[in-house]
Amino acid sequence: MRREALVAQIRAETVLQLRRGENMLVTLAIPLGILFFFTNVDAINTGYTHPVDFLVPGVLALSVMASAMVSLGIATGFERRYGVLKRLGSTPLSRSGLLIAKMATVIALEIVQVVLVVLVGVMIGWHVPTGMIAAVGLLLLGSIAFAGIGLLMAGTLRAEANLAAANALFLVLLFLGGMAYPLSKLPNAIQDVARLLPAAALSETLRAVLAAKSFPVGELLVLLAWAVLAPLAAARWFRWEE
Amino acid sequence: MPSAASEPAILVTGLKKHYGSTHAVNGLTFDVAPGEVFGLLGPNGAGKTTTVEILEGYRQADAGTVRVLGLDPWRDGARLRPRIGVMLQEGGLYPGLQPLELLRLFAAYYDGPEDPAKLLDTVGLRDAIHNTVRRLSGGQRQRLSLACALIGNPSVVFLDEPTAGMDPRARATTWQLVRDLAQRGATVLLTTHAMDEAEQLCDRAAIVNSGRLAALGSPAELTRRGTAEEIRITTSSRVDVPALASALCVNESDVLKQRSGEYIARAAGTPARIADLASFLRDHNVTLISLQVGHSSLEEVFLRLTAEDTT
Repeated sequence: MRREALVAQIRAETVLQLRRGENMLVTLAIPLGILFFFTNVDAINTGYTHPVDFLVPGVLALSVMASAMVSLGIATGFERRYGVLKRLGSTPLSRSGLLIAKMATVIALEIVQVVLVVLVGVMIGWHVPTGMIAAVGLLLLGSIAFAGIGLLMAGTLRAEANLAAANALFLVLLFLGGMAYPLSKLPNAIQDVARLLPAAALSETLRAVLAAKSFPVGELLVLLAWAVLAPLAAARWFRWEE
Repeated sequence: MPSAASEPAILVTGLKKHYGSTHAVNGLTFDVAPGEVFGLLGPNGAGKTTTVEILEGYRQADAGTVRVLGLDPWRDGARLRPRIGVMLQEGGLYPGLQPLELLRLFAAYYDGPEDPAKLLDTVGLRDAIHNTVRRLSGGQRQRLSLACALIGNPSVVFLDEPTAGMDPRARATTWQLVRDLAQRGATVLLTTHAMDEAEQLCDRAAIVNSGRLAALGSPAELTRRGTAEEIRITTSSRVDVPALASALCVNESDVLKQRSGEYIARAAGTPARIADLASFLRDHNVTLISLQVGHSSLEEVFLRLTAEDTT
């Protein structure tokens, strides 16, 4: 495969991403909206002196989930529906080239998200902590896990079913992810399930790193497991044609 | 035209492919010479698309051998893909990209591609340049899909029903493009339902039915193949079939009434018989609109060959 192919593919994926207006809703408006809303409306006792310290890590986790799982997954599902993935299969662009281009585009979007969330956070009183480098590592790990889940659904479900499933899963993981309110607000039984899901694993580890709290090893292991198993499952069951 | 000296551009030997208990392709054999335009004809479900997609490297054959430019499409795909152009039966275009953006993207996949803007002109999409694929008509999408197949300057081009859904002008453009491709030495394998397309474009064609080869040859050979001569007439008013048959001295079953008031008599158009026909028309006061004597069209060969197997 030619290097120009990869560059052109990244450019095309970026153009397509920018043209999907609804994409901006889920990847930017919802996370920033939640950050604003729950900081200003004292709806939930986070147990933090400054709710923003609780919210910024959660919203970062939410942003990554929106980009890597929802946005990537839905777009890929429709590319599969329209035969684009099949057509690319008979061009010299390799599968790994396509995957790299997609991940590069997701990461570019995530950089925009992280910058915006941090900027808004700082504006409303968040202090950028020293743990940011470790946080970036966790966000990347989370991206891999969520991209795996998004692509698994995109490659196995019909495009419309995938659209519905990705949005529904986004909502469920938002509620069970310790993102807008603490996990401790959930009933115990649900909490136990939530802690095995990637959303809570990402938001809890991020929060620990950013607030310099004791590191939750269990959550990190859960996140690692999702980051390994979800992409493997996607690679195993992804079908290029609907 | 095929030449014995050169290695075939496409080689298919004893190809079999089944899905569950359905034999989509059941022992197909043919080859295509470099620079040849080859047609795969057959009814829906005959196995045309399955065959093409095996040659494109999308599916693995269950049995038999396939080679494209000497390569196994399934195992040597990475080496083959830079040298082939593919037009799928449907889909394959990013709905959110504009035609030129899409062609530039595809051009970047290949060494020495065609000029995207020029190719867009050639397929007649200059007017649609600011629309995204989503907003193009079916025929425009077909032409863009064709352009994507040609952008990489391929040695072998696979076109799966290239003119389906095209208006007559787009169809003529496409035919010219295929002729130009052949002119510069590319090999073209196309599938089609349109018999006039096969007669116009193909050096040779294979008629496929139920995954098997029903006939193979040039369009002229196929239409000559074992078919008796016939007389076709179109008249201004209906004529009585038994009376027409007896006037022409043929069995009643050898006279067929077509839709649109055309009659076909399976018989040689000898001068005596044509004179008898003229007398018959005079006696019944029927005006002759057209008269044709000769062999059947490729369409009739096709219908006969593909009907025999299903009954």
